[in-house]
Amino acid sequence: MAELNKKTVHALASGLADKSFSAVEIAQDCLEAVKLGDDKIRAFLKVDAEEILREAKASDERRAKGEALSEYDGIPIGIKDNIAVRNATVSCASKLLENVVSPYDATAVANLRAKGFIPFGRLNMDEFAMGSSCENSAFCKTANPRDITRVPGGSSGGSAAAVAADFVPATLGSDTGGSIRQPAAFCGVVGLKPTYGRVSRYGLVAFASSLDQIGPLSKDVIDAGIILDAISGKDVKDSTCLPLESSDAAKAAIEGANGKSLAGLTFGLPKEYFAGTLAPGVEKALNAAIEQVKNMGGKIVEVSLPHTKYAVAVYYIIATAEASANLARFDAVRYGKRIDGADLIDTYFKSRGAGFGSEVIRRILLGTYVLSSGYYDAYYLKAQKVRTLIRKDFTEAYKQCDLLLTPVTPAPAFKFGEKSDPLQMYLSDIFTIALNLAGQCGISVPAGIDENSGMPVGIQFLGPELAENRLLKAAAAFEAVRG
Amino acid sequence: MANTDINVKYVAELARLELPAEQFAAIENDLSSIVDYIAELNEVDVTGVEPTAHAAALSNVWREDKAVDSGLRDAMLANAPDLVNGCLVKVSKVLPGEESN
Repeated sequence: MAELNKKTVHALASGLADKSFSAVEIAQDCLEAVKLGDDKIRAFLKVDAEEILREAKASDERRAKGEALSEYDGIPIGIKDNIAVRNATVSCASKLLENVVSPYDATAVANLRAKGFIPFGRLNMDEFAMGSSCENSAFCKTANPRDITRVPGGSSGGSAAAVAADFVPATLGSDTGGSIRQPAAFCGVVGLKPTYGRVSRYGLVAFASSLDQIGPLSKDVIDAGIILDAISGKDVKDSTCLPLESSDAAKAAIEGANGKSLAGLTFGLPKEYFAGTLAPGVEKALNAAIEQVKNMGGKIVEVSLPHTKYAVAVYYIIATAEASANLARFDAVRYGKRIDGADLIDTYFKSRGAGFGSEVIRRILLGTYVLSSGYYDAYYLKAQKVRTLIRKDFTEAYKQCDLLLTPVTPAPAFKFGEKSDPLQMYLSDIFTIALNLAGQCGISVPAGIDENSGMPVGIQFLGPELAENRLLKAAAAFEAVRG
Repeated sequence: MANTDINVKYVAELARLELPAEQFAAIENDLSSIVDYIAELNEVDVTGVEPTAHAAALSNVWREDKAVDSGLRDAMLANAPDLVNGCLVKVSKVLPGEESN
Protein backbone atom coordinates (compact mmCIF):
# COMPACT_ATOMS: atom_id res chain seq x y z
CA MET A 1 0.00 0.00 0.00
CA ALA A 2 1.26 3.46 -0.92
CA GLU A 3 0.02 4.96 2.36
CA LEU A 4 -1.01 8.15 0.61
CA ASN A 5 -2.64 9.26 3.87
CA LYS A 6 0.87 9.93 5.21
CA LYS A 7 1.78 12.43 2.53
CA THR A 8 1.63 16.22 2.69
CA VAL A 9 -0.82 18.24 0.60
CA HIS A 10 1.99 19.45 -1.69
CA ALA A 11 3.36 15.91 -2.16
CA LEU A 12 -0.12 14.67 -3.04
CA ALA A 13 -0.51 17.54 -5.53
CA SER A 14 2.73 16.50 -7.30
CA GLY A 15 1.66 12.85 -7.38
CA LEU A 16 -1.74 13.73 -8.81
CA ALA A 17 -0.09 15.93 -11.42
CA ASP A 18 2.28 13.21 -12.68
CA LYS A 19 -0.46 10.54 -12.38
CA SER A 20 1.45 8.47 -9.78
CA PHE A 21 -1.92 7.93 -8.09
CA SER A 22 -5.54 9.06 -8.27
CA ALA A 23 -7.87 11.00 -5.97
CA VAL A 24 -9.81 7.78 -5.35
CA GLU A 25 -6.63 6.06 -4.20
CA ILE A 26 -5.91 8.93 -1.80
CA ALA A 27 -9.46 8.75 -0.41
CA GLN A 28 -9.22 4.96 -0.07
CA ASP A 29 -5.94 5.15 1.87
CA CYS A 30 -7.31 7.84 4.21
CA LEU A 31 -10.54 5.88 4.78
CA GLU A 32 -8.53 2.70 5.44
CA ALA A 33 -6.30 4.53 7.94
CA VAL A 34 -9.37 5.82 9.77
CA LYS A 35 -10.92 2.36 9.77
CA LEU A 36 -7.78 0.76 11.19
CA GLY A 37 -6.78 3.45 13.68
CA ASP A 38 -9.66 5.64 14.76
CA ASP A 39 -11.23 3.13 17.18
CA LYS A 40 -8.28 3.97 19.40
CA ILE A 41 -7.88 7.71 18.66
CA ARG A 42 -11.54 8.80 18.15
CA ALA A 43 -10.54 11.90 16.15
CA PHE A 44 -13.66 11.70 13.97
CA LEU A 45 -17.27 11.92 15.10
CA LYS A 46 -18.46 10.89 11.62
CA VAL A 47 -17.01 9.96 8.25
CA ASP A 48 -19.26 9.59 5.19
CA ALA A 49 -17.11 7.18 3.14
CA GLU A 50 -19.58 6.93 0.25
CA GLU A 51 -19.77 10.69 -0.24
CA ILE A 52 -15.97 11.06 -0.03
CA LEU A 53 -15.41 8.31 -2.63
CA ARG A 54 -18.07 9.85 -4.88
CA GLU A 55 -16.33 13.23 -4.74
CA ALA A 56 -12.91 11.62 -5.31
CA LYS A 57 -14.25 9.86 -8.39
CA ALA A 58 -15.69 13.13 -9.71
CA SER A 59 -12.29 14.75 -9.11
CA ASP A 60 -10.48 12.04 -11.11
CA GLU A 61 -12.96 12.52 -13.95
CA ARG A 62 -12.35 16.28 -13.99
CA ARG A 63 -8.59 15.76 -14.07
CA ALA A 64 -8.84 13.19 -16.89
CA LYS A 65 -10.69 15.78 -18.96
CA GLY A 66 -8.09 18.45 -18.18
CA GLU A 67 -10.64 20.29 -16.05
CA ALA A 68 -9.07 19.97 -12.59
CA LEU A 69 -10.22 22.88 -10.38
CA SER A 70 -6.63 23.38 -9.15
CA GLU A 71 -3.50 21.32 -8.60
CA TYR A 72 -5.09 20.28 -5.27
CA ASP A 73 -8.25 18.84 -6.81
CA GLY A 74 -9.02 15.56 -5.03
CA ILE A 75 -7.09 16.13 -1.78
CA PRO A 76 -9.12 15.45 1.38
CA ILE A 77 -9.25 17.94 4.27
CA GLY A 78 -10.75 17.01 7.66
CA ILE A 79 -13.25 19.52 9.07
CA LYS A 80 -13.85 20.45 12.72
CA ASP A 81 -17.41 19.83 13.82
CA ASN A 82 -18.22 23.54 14.34
CA ILE A 83 -17.59 24.38 10.66
CA ALA A 84 -20.60 23.81 8.40
CA VAL A 85 -20.45 21.35 5.50
CA ARG A 86 -23.66 21.03 3.48
CA ASN A 87 -25.74 17.95 4.20
CA ALA A 88 -23.44 16.96 7.08
CA THR A 89 -24.19 17.24 10.80
CA VAL A 90 -22.77 20.29 12.58
CA SER A 91 -23.07 19.34 16.24
CA CYS A 92 -20.17 21.29 17.79
CA ALA A 93 -19.75 18.07 19.83
CA SER A 94 -22.89 19.08 21.77
CA LYS A 95 -25.90 16.95 22.62
CA LEU A 96 -28.09 19.96 21.88
CA LEU A 97 -27.10 19.99 18.19
CA GLU A 98 -26.40 16.25 17.80
CA ASN A 99 -28.68 15.71 14.81
CA VAL A 100 -28.61 19.15 13.18
CA VAL A 101 -27.75 18.96 9.48
CA SER A 102 -26.23 22.01 7.80
CA PRO A 103 -28.03 23.00 4.59
CA TYR A 104 -25.00 24.98 3.38
CA ASP A 105 -21.19 25.15 3.35
CA ALA A 106 -19.17 27.55 5.49
CA THR A 107 -17.36 30.00 3.21
CA ALA A 108 -14.02 28.39 4.16
CA VAL A 109 -15.39 25.01 3.05
CA ALA A 110 -16.94 26.45 -0.14
CA ASN A 111 -13.53 28.01 -0.91
CA LEU A 112 -11.84 24.61 -0.39
CA ARG A 113 -14.34 22.97 -2.74
CA ALA A 114 -13.71 25.68 -5.35
CA LYS A 115 -10.11 24.37 -5.50
CA GLY A 116 -11.32 20.75 -5.59
CA PHE A 117 -10.39 19.86 -1.98
CA ILE A 118 -12.73 17.24 -0.54
CA PRO A 119 -14.25 17.81 2.95
CA PHE A 120 -13.45 14.65 4.93
CA GLY A 121 -15.44 13.78 8.06
CA ARG A 122 -16.48 15.65 11.19
CA LEU A 123 -13.69 16.13 13.73
CA ASN A 124 -14.17 15.94 17.49
CA MET A 125 -13.69 19.02 19.66
CA ASP A 126 -14.47 20.46 23.05
CA GLU A 127 -18.19 21.29 23.07
CA PHE A 128 -18.72 24.64 21.30
CA ALA A 129 -14.89 24.97 21.22
CA MET A 130 -14.78 25.57 24.98
CA GLY A 131 -11.86 23.67 26.42
CA SER A 132 -8.19 22.84 26.08
CA SER A 133 -8.23 19.03 26.09
CA CYS A 134 -11.15 17.70 24.01
CA GLU A 135 -12.44 16.21 27.28
CA ASN A 136 -15.51 18.47 27.02
CA SER A 137 -16.90 16.72 23.92
CA ALA A 138 -20.37 15.33 24.64
CA PHE A 139 -19.62 12.25 22.53
CA CYS A 140 -16.12 10.88 23.05
CA LYS A 141 -12.63 11.68 24.27
CA THR A 142 -10.04 11.97 21.52
CA ALA A 143 -6.66 10.46 22.42
CA ASN A 144 -3.26 11.94 21.58
CA PRO A 145 -1.78 9.71 18.84
CA ARG A 146 1.72 10.14 20.39
CA ASP A 147 0.49 8.60 23.69
CA ILE A 148 -3.13 7.54 24.00
CA THR A 149 -3.18 8.09 27.78
CA ARG A 150 -2.78 11.82 27.12
CA VAL A 151 -5.10 14.49 25.76
CA PRO A 152 -4.66 15.84 22.22
CA GLY A 153 -5.29 19.39 23.43
CA GLY A 154 -8.24 21.50 22.48
CA SER A 155 -10.50 22.69 21.40
CA SER A 156 -9.45 21.48 17.90
CA GLY A 157 -8.20 18.18 19.41
CA GLY A 158 -9.73 15.99 16.70
CA SER A 159 -8.22 18.22 13.99
CA ALA A 160 -4.72 17.88 15.47
CA ALA A 161 -5.02 14.15 16.24
CA ALA A 162 -6.26 13.33 12.72
CA VAL A 163 -3.14 14.93 11.21
CA ALA A 164 -0.77 13.40 13.79
CA ALA A 165 -2.30 9.93 13.25
CA ASP A 166 -1.96 10.32 9.44
CA PHE A 167 -5.70 9.91 8.86
CA VAL A 168 -5.77 12.93 6.52
CA PRO A 169 -3.06 15.23 5.14
CA ALA A 170 -4.52 18.33 6.81
CA THR A 171 -7.58 19.67 8.63
CA LEU A 172 -9.45 22.85 9.46
CA GLY A 173 -9.79 23.96 13.07
CA SER A 174 -10.86 27.16 14.79
CA ASP A 175 -8.83 29.28 17.20
CA THR A 176 -10.52 31.56 19.77
CA GLY A 177 -7.80 31.52 22.44
CA GLY A 178 -5.29 28.98 21.14
CA SER A 179 -7.60 26.19 19.97
CA ILE A 180 -5.52 25.50 16.84
CA ARG A 181 -2.01 26.21 18.13
CA GLN A 182 -2.22 24.38 21.47
CA PRO A 183 -3.47 21.01 20.10
CA ALA A 184 -0.97 21.31 17.23
CA ALA A 185 1.82 21.64 19.83
CA PHE A 186 0.44 18.74 21.94
CA CYS A 187 0.24 16.41 18.90
CA GLY A 188 3.45 17.50 17.14
CA VAL A 189 1.90 19.08 14.03
CA VAL A 190 1.73 22.59 12.52
CA GLY A 191 -1.19 24.90 13.43
CA LEU A 192 -1.84 28.37 12.02
CA LYS A 193 -4.10 31.07 13.45
CA PRO A 194 -4.56 33.66 10.72
CA THR A 195 -5.07 37.38 11.32
CA TYR A 196 -8.60 38.17 12.50
CA GLY A 197 -10.69 38.78 9.38
CA ARG A 198 -8.40 36.88 6.97
CA VAL A 199 -10.83 33.98 6.76
CA SER A 200 -14.60 34.38 6.70
CA ARG A 201 -16.43 33.18 9.79
CA TYR A 202 -19.62 32.50 7.80
CA GLY A 203 -20.65 28.96 8.68
CA LEU A 204 -18.37 28.75 11.72
CA VAL A 205 -20.64 28.34 14.75
CA ALA A 206 -19.83 31.44 16.79
CA PHE A 207 -18.19 31.12 20.20
CA ALA A 208 -16.60 34.56 20.74
CA SER A 209 -17.17 36.59 17.58
CA SER A 210 -14.39 39.14 18.10
CA LEU A 211 -11.79 36.37 18.64
CA ASP A 212 -12.81 33.34 16.51
CA GLN A 213 -10.79 32.52 13.41
CA ILE A 214 -10.66 29.42 11.18
CA GLY A 215 -7.22 28.08 10.27
CA PRO A 216 -5.34 24.97 9.09
CA LEU A 217 -3.58 22.16 10.95
CA SER A 218 -1.06 20.33 8.78
CA LYS A 219 2.08 18.23 8.56
CA ASP A 220 4.26 21.15 7.48
CA VAL A 221 4.32 24.93 7.08
CA ILE A 222 3.99 24.87 3.28
CA ASP A 223 0.68 23.00 3.63
CA ALA A 224 -0.52 25.58 6.14
CA GLY A 225 0.19 28.25 3.52
CA ILE A 226 -1.56 26.30 0.75
CA ILE A 227 -4.71 25.89 2.82
CA LEU A 228 -4.68 29.50 4.06
CA ASP A 229 -4.45 30.69 0.45
CA ALA A 230 -7.42 28.47 -0.42
CA ILE A 231 -9.75 29.51 2.43
CA SER A 232 -8.92 33.22 2.89
CA GLY A 233 -10.35 36.28 1.17
CA LYS A 234 -13.23 38.72 1.37
CA ASP A 235 -16.77 37.48 1.88
CA VAL A 236 -19.96 39.47 1.55
CA LYS A 237 -21.57 37.07 4.05
CA ASP A 238 -19.24 38.10 6.93
CA SER A 239 -19.03 41.84 7.59
CA THR A 240 -15.98 41.31 9.85
CA CYS A 241 -14.05 39.60 7.05
CA LEU A 242 -11.38 41.96 5.69
CA PRO A 243 -11.96 43.28 2.14
CA LEU A 244 -8.82 41.60 0.76
CA GLU A 245 -8.05 39.07 -1.94
CA SER A 246 -6.96 35.61 -0.75
CA SER A 247 -3.45 35.34 0.68
CA ASP A 248 -0.34 34.26 -1.23
CA ALA A 249 1.40 32.59 1.67
CA ALA A 250 2.36 29.21 0.18
CA LYS A 251 4.86 30.91 -2.12
CA ALA A 252 6.47 32.62 0.87
CA ALA A 253 6.62 29.32 2.78
CA ILE A 254 8.27 27.55 -0.17
CA GLU A 255 10.82 30.39 -0.42
CA GLY A 256 11.55 29.98 3.29
CA ALA A 257 11.89 26.19 3.06
CA ASN A 258 14.28 26.51 0.10
CA GLY A 259 16.29 29.47 1.44
CA LYS A 260 16.76 28.04 4.97
CA SER A 261 17.85 31.45 6.22
CA LEU A 262 16.52 33.92 8.79
CA ALA A 263 19.05 36.63 7.94
CA GLY A 264 17.62 40.14 8.15
CA LEU A 265 14.85 39.17 10.58
CA THR A 266 14.71 40.22 14.23
CA PHE A 267 12.89 37.93 16.67
CA GLY A 268 11.56 39.33 19.94
CA LEU A 269 11.47 37.20 23.09
CA PRO A 270 8.74 38.59 25.38
CA LYS A 271 10.40 38.48 28.79
CA GLU A 272 7.03 37.93 30.54
CA TYR A 273 6.69 34.59 28.69
CA PHE A 274 9.92 33.29 30.19
CA ALA A 275 9.17 34.04 33.82
CA GLY A 276 9.78 30.68 35.45
CA THR A 277 6.54 28.84 34.64
CA LEU A 278 7.90 26.54 31.93
CA ALA A 279 8.28 22.77 32.21
CA PRO A 280 11.96 21.77 31.72
CA GLY A 281 11.22 20.06 28.37
CA VAL A 282 9.51 23.19 27.03
CA GLU A 283 12.31 25.45 28.21
CA LYS A 284 14.89 23.18 26.60
CA ALA A 285 13.10 23.12 23.25
CA LEU A 286 12.67 26.87 23.37
CA ASN A 287 16.34 27.49 24.11
CA ALA A 288 17.31 25.15 21.29
CA ALA A 289 14.97 27.07 18.96
CA ILE A 290 16.56 30.38 19.97
CA GLU A 291 20.02 28.96 19.22
CA GLN A 292 18.81 27.65 15.87
CA VAL A 293 17.32 31.03 14.94
CA LYS A 294 20.67 32.68 15.73
CA ASN A 295 22.57 30.07 13.71
CA MET A 296 20.28 30.75 10.76
CA GLY A 297 21.19 34.45 10.82
CA GLY A 298 18.21 35.75 12.81
CA LYS A 299 18.72 38.44 15.41
CA ILE A 300 17.29 37.92 18.90
CA VAL A 301 16.14 40.81 21.12
CA GLU A 302 14.31 40.87 24.43
CA VAL A 303 10.97 42.70 24.33
CA SER A 304 8.30 43.36 26.91
CA LEU A 305 4.54 42.72 26.79
CA PRO A 306 3.81 44.26 30.20
CA HIS A 307 0.09 43.41 30.35
CA THR A 308 0.60 39.68 29.70
CA LYS A 309 -0.40 38.76 33.25
CA TYR A 310 -3.89 40.18 32.67
CA ALA A 311 -4.54 38.37 29.37
CA VAL A 312 -6.23 35.32 30.92
CA ALA A 313 -8.59 37.49 32.98
CA VAL A 314 -9.44 39.73 30.01
CA TYR A 315 -9.98 36.70 27.78
CA TYR A 316 -12.29 34.87 30.16
CA ILE A 317 -14.45 37.99 30.55
CA ILE A 318 -14.67 38.89 26.86
CA ALA A 319 -14.90 35.35 25.49
CA THR A 320 -17.58 34.26 27.98
CA ALA A 321 -19.57 37.48 27.56
CA GLU A 322 -19.63 37.02 23.79
CA ALA A 323 -20.40 33.31 24.19
CA SER A 324 -23.37 33.99 26.48
CA ALA A 325 -24.84 36.21 23.75
CA ASN A 326 -23.96 33.88 20.85
CA LEU A 327 -25.27 30.75 22.56
CA ALA A 328 -28.55 32.49 23.44
CA ARG A 329 -29.73 31.55 19.92
CA PHE A 330 -29.84 27.86 20.83
CA ASP A 331 -33.45 27.65 21.99
CA ALA A 332 -34.35 24.31 20.32
CA VAL A 333 -37.23 25.93 18.44
CA ARG A 334 -36.16 25.73 14.79
CA TYR A 335 -33.40 23.13 15.28
CA GLY A 336 -31.71 21.22 18.07
CA LYS A 337 -32.87 18.71 20.66
CA ARG A 338 -36.07 20.06 22.20
CA ILE A 339 -37.42 19.06 25.59
CA ASP A 340 -40.98 20.32 25.81
CA GLY A 341 -41.94 22.22 28.95
CA ALA A 342 -45.20 23.65 30.30
CA ASP A 343 -44.88 26.69 28.04
CA LEU A 344 -42.40 28.13 25.56
CA ILE A 345 -40.06 29.69 28.10
CA ASP A 346 -40.02 26.49 30.11
CA THR A 347 -39.06 24.67 26.89
CA TYR A 348 -36.05 27.01 26.56
CA PHE A 349 -35.00 26.35 30.17
CA LYS A 350 -35.33 22.58 29.90
CA SER A 351 -33.76 22.17 26.43
CA ARG A 352 -30.79 24.40 27.22
CA GLY A 353 -30.22 23.01 30.72
CA ALA A 354 -30.19 19.43 29.44
CA GLY A 355 -28.48 20.08 26.09
CA PHE A 356 -25.36 21.97 27.19
CA GLY A 357 -22.46 20.27 28.99
CA SER A 358 -21.02 21.51 32.27
CA GLU A 359 -18.16 23.63 30.85
CA VAL A 360 -20.49 25.36 28.39
CA ILE A 361 -22.97 26.05 31.22
CA ARG A 362 -20.13 27.41 33.38
CA ARG A 363 -19.05 29.82 30.64
CA ILE A 364 -22.59 30.94 29.75
CA LEU A 365 -23.17 31.68 33.45
CA LEU A 366 -19.88 33.55 33.79
CA GLY A 367 -20.59 35.57 30.63
CA THR A 368 -24.12 36.34 31.76
CA TYR A 369 -22.81 37.40 35.17
CA VAL A 370 -20.15 39.80 33.83
CA LEU A 371 -22.73 41.39 31.52
CA SER A 372 -25.49 41.62 34.14
CA SER A 373 -26.76 44.89 35.53
CA GLY A 374 -24.32 46.44 37.99
CA TYR A 375 -21.30 44.40 36.82
CA TYR A 376 -20.95 45.45 33.17
CA ASP A 377 -18.62 48.40 33.83
CA ALA A 378 -16.54 46.59 36.42
CA TYR A 379 -15.89 43.52 34.31
CA TYR A 380 -16.79 43.74 30.62
CA LEU A 381 -15.98 47.38 29.92
CA LYS A 382 -12.85 47.17 32.05
CA ALA A 383 -11.72 44.06 30.17
CA GLN A 384 -12.25 45.82 26.82
CA LYS A 385 -10.02 48.66 28.00
CA VAL A 386 -7.28 46.31 29.17
CA ARG A 387 -7.63 44.57 25.78
CA THR A 388 -6.60 47.91 24.23
CA LEU A 389 -3.48 47.93 26.44
CA ILE A 390 -2.64 44.34 25.45
CA ARG A 391 -2.90 45.30 21.76
CA LYS A 392 -0.67 48.31 22.38
CA ASP A 393 1.94 46.03 23.99
CA PHE A 394 2.23 44.15 20.70
CA THR A 395 2.36 47.35 18.64
CA GLU A 396 5.24 48.58 20.80
CA ALA A 397 7.05 45.21 20.61
CA TYR A 398 6.88 45.15 16.81
CA LYS A 399 8.74 48.46 16.71
CA GLN A 400 11.79 46.47 17.86
CA CYS A 401 11.33 43.17 16.01
CA ASP A 402 9.68 41.52 12.99
CA LEU A 403 8.26 38.46 14.73
CA LEU A 404 7.96 37.12 18.27
CA LEU A 405 9.25 33.71 19.34
CA THR A 406 7.43 32.18 22.33
CA PRO A 407 6.37 28.91 23.94
CA VAL A 408 2.88 27.62 23.04
CA THR A 409 2.06 26.01 26.37
CA PRO A 410 3.77 25.93 29.78
CA ALA A 411 4.01 22.10 29.60
CA PRO A 412 3.49 19.24 27.09
CA ALA A 413 0.23 17.26 26.74
CA PHE A 414 -1.18 16.15 30.09
CA LYS A 415 -2.99 12.92 30.98
CA PHE A 416 -6.77 12.52 30.88
CA GLY A 417 -8.39 13.83 34.04
CA GLU A 418 -5.16 15.41 35.26
CA LYS A 419 -6.59 18.93 35.22
CA SER A 420 -9.99 18.99 36.85
CA ASP A 421 -10.07 22.55 38.18
CA PRO A 422 -11.47 24.95 35.54
CA LEU A 423 -9.31 27.91 36.58
CA GLN A 424 -6.14 25.78 36.42
CA MET A 425 -7.14 24.73 32.88
CA TYR A 426 -7.76 28.37 31.86
CA LEU A 427 -4.36 29.49 33.17
CA SER A 428 -2.56 27.05 30.85
CA ASP A 429 -3.77 29.19 27.90
CA ILE A 430 -1.53 32.09 28.94
CA PHE A 431 0.79 32.01 25.90
CA THR A 432 -1.89 31.69 23.22
CA ILE A 433 -4.80 33.97 24.15
CA ALA A 434 -3.14 37.40 23.90
CA LEU A 435 -2.77 36.87 20.14
CA ASN A 436 -6.54 36.50 19.73
CA LEU A 437 -7.16 39.60 21.84
CA ALA A 438 -4.77 41.49 19.55
CA GLY A 439 -6.32 39.95 16.39
CA GLN A 440 -2.93 39.07 14.93
CA CYS A 441 -1.42 35.93 13.34
CA GLY A 442 0.64 33.10 14.82
CA ILE A 443 1.85 29.61 14.03
CA SER A 444 2.79 26.66 16.21
CA VAL A 445 5.54 24.44 14.82
CA PRO A 446 7.11 21.27 16.29
CA ALA A 447 10.38 22.01 18.10
CA GLY A 448 11.44 18.80 19.83
CA ILE A 449 10.43 16.10 22.27
CA ASP A 450 10.14 16.45 26.03
CA GLU A 451 12.46 13.77 27.43
CA ASN A 452 10.44 13.43 30.61
CA SER A 453 7.09 12.55 28.98
CA GLY A 454 8.20 11.63 25.45
CA MET A 455 5.65 14.13 24.15
CA PRO A 456 6.15 16.71 21.39
CA VAL A 457 6.84 20.35 22.23
CA GLY A 458 5.85 23.24 19.97
CA ILE A 459 7.08 26.79 19.68
CA GLN A 460 5.18 29.77 18.38
CA PHE A 461 6.11 32.43 15.91
CA LEU A 462 3.80 35.44 16.21
CA GLY A 463 3.39 38.30 13.76
CA PRO A 464 1.43 41.54 13.43
CA GLU A 465 -1.80 41.93 11.40
CA LEU A 466 -1.59 40.46 7.89
CA ALA A 467 2.08 39.43 8.27
CA GLU A 468 1.32 35.82 7.26
CA ASN A 469 3.90 35.84 4.45
CA ARG A 470 6.71 36.91 6.78
CA LEU A 471 5.44 34.47 9.44
CA LEU A 472 5.23 31.44 7.15
CA LYS A 473 8.50 32.16 5.38
CA ALA A 474 10.34 32.25 8.71
CA ALA A 475 8.49 29.23 10.14
CA ALA A 476 9.15 27.18 6.97
CA ALA A 477 12.87 28.06 7.06
CA PHE A 478 13.02 27.08 10.75
CA GLU A 479 11.21 23.80 10.02
CA ALA A 480 13.42 22.97 7.02
CA VAL A 481 16.60 23.34 9.08
CA ARG A 482 15.26 21.57 12.19
CA GLY A 483 14.03 18.69 10.01
CA MET B 1 -11.49 30.77 49.70
CA ALA B 2 -13.80 32.64 47.37
CA ASN B 3 -14.62 36.25 48.20
CA THR B 4 -17.37 36.78 45.66
CA ASP B 5 -20.98 35.75 46.23
CA ILE B 6 -22.70 34.80 43.01
CA ASN B 7 -26.42 34.08 42.96
CA VAL B 8 -26.29 31.11 40.60
CA LYS B 9 -30.08 30.65 40.60
CA TYR B 10 -30.59 34.25 39.43
CA VAL B 11 -27.85 34.17 36.78
CA ALA B 12 -29.14 30.82 35.47
CA GLU B 13 -32.59 32.40 35.11
CA LEU B 14 -31.12 35.26 33.09
CA ALA B 15 -29.38 32.69 30.86
CA ARG B 16 -32.53 30.54 30.49
CA LEU B 17 -30.89 27.44 31.93
CA GLU B 18 -32.71 24.92 34.12
CA LEU B 19 -30.12 23.41 36.44
CA PRO B 20 -30.55 20.85 39.21
CA ALA B 21 -30.59 22.73 42.55
CA GLU B 22 -28.01 20.33 44.01
CA GLN B 23 -25.45 21.64 41.50
CA PHE B 24 -25.75 25.29 42.59
CA ALA B 25 -23.15 25.10 45.36
CA ALA B 26 -20.46 23.50 43.16
CA ILE B 27 -21.13 25.93 40.30
CA GLU B 28 -21.03 28.90 42.67
CA ASN B 29 -17.72 27.68 44.04
CA ASP B 30 -16.20 27.37 40.53
CA LEU B 31 -17.54 30.73 39.37
CA SER B 32 -16.49 32.55 42.53
CA SER B 33 -12.89 31.44 42.25
CA ILE B 34 -12.83 32.53 38.59
CA VAL B 35 -14.42 35.90 39.41
CA ASP B 36 -11.92 36.39 42.25
CA TYR B 37 -9.16 35.75 39.74
CA ILE B 38 -10.47 38.14 37.11
CA ALA B 39 -10.84 40.83 39.77
CA GLU B 40 -7.08 41.31 39.43
CA LEU B 41 -7.96 43.68 36.61
CA ASN B 42 -8.88 46.19 39.33
CA GLU B 43 -5.19 47.00 39.73
CA VAL B 44 -4.83 48.18 36.10
CA ASP B 45 -5.11 51.92 35.53
CA VAL B 46 -7.29 52.43 32.44
CA THR B 47 -7.78 56.18 32.76
CA GLY B 48 -8.27 57.62 29.28
CA VAL B 49 -8.04 54.20 27.56
CA GLU B 50 -10.64 53.50 24.86
CA PRO B 51 -12.27 50.04 24.94
CA THR B 52 -11.54 47.54 22.15
CA ALA B 53 -14.68 45.72 21.02
CA HIS B 54 -13.18 44.26 17.88
CA ALA B 55 -9.75 43.52 16.47
CA ALA B 56 -10.56 44.30 12.82
CA ALA B 57 -10.36 47.94 11.82
CA LEU B 58 -13.68 47.89 9.95
CA SER B 59 -16.74 50.06 10.40
CA ASN B 60 -19.96 50.59 8.46
CA VAL B 61 -19.62 47.61 6.15
CA TRP B 62 -22.36 47.94 3.53
CA ARG B 63 -23.82 45.68 0.92
CA GLU B 64 -26.61 46.12 -1.56
CA ASP B 65 -30.03 45.67 0.02
CA LYS B 66 -31.16 42.98 -2.34
CA ALA B 67 -33.22 39.87 -1.58
CA VAL B 68 -31.59 36.59 -2.62
CA ASP B 69 -33.31 33.22 -2.55
CA SER B 70 -30.95 30.84 -0.78
CA GLY B 71 -33.03 27.89 -1.96
CA LEU B 72 -32.54 26.32 1.46
CA ARG B 73 -36.07 26.63 2.87
CA ASP B 74 -36.92 22.92 2.97
CA ALA B 75 -33.49 21.88 4.24
CA MET B 76 -33.75 24.49 7.02
CA LEU B 77 -37.24 23.35 8.01
CA ALA B 78 -36.10 19.71 8.01
CA ASN B 79 -34.10 20.46 11.18
CA ALA B 80 -37.16 21.65 13.12
CA PRO B 81 -38.16 19.38 16.01
CA ASP B 82 -41.89 19.80 15.27
CA LEU B 83 -43.68 21.09 12.13
CA VAL B 84 -47.29 21.87 11.24
CA ASN B 85 -48.36 21.59 7.59
CA GLY B 86 -44.71 21.09 6.66
CA CYS B 87 -43.96 24.78 6.88
CA LEU B 88 -44.77 26.12 10.38
CA VAL B 89 -42.57 25.41 13.39
CA LYS B 90 -44.76 24.20 16.26
CA VAL B 91 -43.92 25.32 19.81
CA SER B 92 -45.50 25.02 23.25
CA LYS B 93 -48.01 27.68 24.28
CA VAL B 94 -46.47 31.10 24.70
CA LEU B 95 -48.85 32.86 27.12
CA PRO B 96 -50.03 31.42 30.45
CA GLY B 97 -53.61 30.14 30.50
CA GLU B 98 -53.77 29.84 26.73
CA GLU B 99 -55.55 26.75 25.37
CA SER B 100 -53.18 24.39 23.68
CA ASN B 101 -54.29 23.12 20.28
